[in-house]
Amino acid sequence: MHAIVCIKQVPDTTEVKIDPERGTLIRDGVPSIINPFDTYAIEEALRLREKFGGKVTVITMGPPQAINALKEAVAMGADEAILLSDPAFAGADTWATAYTLSRAIRKIGDFDVIFCGRQAIDGDTGQTGPGIATQLQINQLTYVCKISSIDFEKKRIEVERLVEEGREVVQSALPCLITVVKDINQPRYPTILGIRRAQKAQIPTWTAKDLDVDPKLIGLDGSPTRVVKIATPPPRAGKCEIIQGESVEEQADLLAEKLIAEKIII
Amino acid sequence: MALLQIKRDVCTGCGLCIQVCPFGALSLDSENIIVVNEACTGCGACVPECPVSALSLPEVEKKETVSTDEYSGVWVWVEQFDGRAASISWEMMGEGRKLADKRGTILTACVLGYEAEPIAKQAIAYGADRVFLIDDPTLKVYRTDPYARCLVELVKKYKPEIFLLGASTRGRDLAGAVATYLYTGLTADCTGLEIEEGSNLLLQIRPAFGGNIMATIKCPNHRPQMATVRHHVFEMPAPDESRQGQIIREKAVLLEEQIATKVLDLIVEKNEVNLADAKIIVSGGRGVKGPEGFTILRELADVLGGAVGASRAAVDAGWISYAHQVGQTGRTVRPDLYIACGISGAIQHQAGMRTSKIIVAINKDPEAPIFQIADYGIVGDLFTVVPALTRALKRRLNK
Repeated sequence: MHAIVCIKQVPDTTEVKIDPERGTLIRDGVPSIINPFDTYAIEEALRLREKFGGKVTVITMGPPQAINALKEAVAMGADEAILLSDPAFAGADTWATAYTLSRAIRKIGDFDVIFCGRQAIDGDTGQTGPGIATQLQINQLTYVCKISSIDFEKKRIEVERLVEEGREVVQSALPCLITVVKDINQPRYPTILGIRRAQKAQIPTWTAKDLDVDPKLIGLDGSPTRVVKIATPPPRAGKCEIIQGESVEEQADLLAEKLIAEKIII
Repeated sequence: MALLQIKRDVCTGCGLCIQVCPFGALSLDSENIIVVNEACTGCGACVPECPVSALSLPEVEKKETVSTDEYSGVWVWVEQFDGRAASISWEMMGEGRKLADKRGTILTACVLGYEAEPIAKQAIAYGADRVFLIDDPTLKVYRTDPYARCLVELVKKYKPEIFLLGASTRGRDLAGAVATYLYTGLTADCTGLEIEEGSNLLLQIRPAFGGNIMATIKCPNHRPQMATVRHHVFEMPAPDESRQGQIIREKAVLLEEQIATKVLDLIVEKNEVNLADAKIIVSGGRGVKGPEGFTILRELADVLGGAVGASRAAVDAGWISYAHQVGQTGRTVRPDLYIACGISGAIQHQAGMRTSKIIVAINKDPEAPIFQIADYGIVGDLFTVVPALTRALKRRLNK
């Protein structure tokens, strides 16, 4: 069994603050973490390896410091890690990112399953997973909350996908690409042994030259979309009326009266 | 995406490809011509083996830029489940109508399904001038491959300028595949769409960095300009049954035996919440302190006929299931009334509920950001305020 996990290093967006005067992001002191959804992807790959044997390879595309995310994945238990890093990759949108990752996966060679998190918490697009699957011409199973069965001999997998109406049971062929939601597992913490192993791990960096990529299709040049403006969200219109009263009962009654007067409660 | 294409008139039946297929997916049929079964993974091992080039895989298009003038019209993909259209699709029809009018062009709906003609007619009532209807048993239930291939072929044939899909689980799954095939730009989860003066490009506005910023994105040189649009952000238009429109039937691209996925079942939990459709939501956060705390929220929701929501903090703590989560990584909701109890109102949470009509905040901390976006607030302990509100509403509503 060979599972490849695609991860992303992201700023911890729960720590991101806005400079109220300039309306820009304050990123200083914001820690870089593995995209939280990707840790569930790593965990699921490790569980498959523990059950069936084989290998887990983790890849990421990013600046040189993204190697820290890979080390963390190795500390969790991943066997191999590869960093895709090249100034030529910079500015890639989801199309160019998926293209570059898919070329790296082709270079890695045979695999049974590719795992991704459902989306990254900085971009929030959820598009790179489907993009990789389409580039590789394999089936995609998104928003997976459970792998019910997997048969590497018969090349078959059955999963549950979290959709609006409930959980959809889907059967598909291997190899395939899976994006996972949080319900799928509880990611493990790195062990002391794992952290030591990660410190010693040899993590190769692949540049554009190492991949069979068309230079016109990577980085900003290869990206169909352009970000043209960044702004802070507009404040919501409306002023908060704080309900005062002698007692909680009185406050609650006053609020009930106002809500009924709004004609939104039948 | 799998799927080997076989030129039946070229194949000589030599069988060389059968031996190289790692999955045993190829065989000769009764006419001594190669056929492929669902075990095909599209690995491509057989393609170079064929001496007469009868085998090929669909190529991901790699064009540098397109001649953008050839593309016109606004399209909306109408999502259906179990014979019913998703409300998010009609919201997009309303928005698509405005964009089409502004560009002086027509609005087209793409309806894929089985026995889906009633949905095509509905699409006209909701604003479509034209509907592409692909009605086929293979499209009864959504699956990525057959849906994506149909939309890709439609786009290639009719060349739309703008193509909108709902940012539902299916819409995001589908849009990512279609845009990759077409090598065009796709902007996820938009909350605003405008036409730029002068360039006539689609300005796609969306939250990023957990809702901390709004980014405006353009797709200048590739077509169609594709976007998924967040649920409950645009107004639902009123249907007009007297509207006239054209329904054009097109054929499905894949046969059932060419599709490697099967949907076997849908598991619907009892008491499963449907936050998206709830008119009233009572939501709890960190201040609820544990799973027991949600009991008093549920009692209030019951009196109001509403649903129970939660912040990410409460879901991550394991107090309530993910299906209840409202926010950037949960559901986006737009109820008439949203009562936030013990929720501080982080920007990520606001991203999922700020378009609610009336927001009520109940929180101990008068400085909590939730009060900045609320219409009414009570500063106090939710464990006394919420039961008091439940009693007051019961009394006033004579329940």
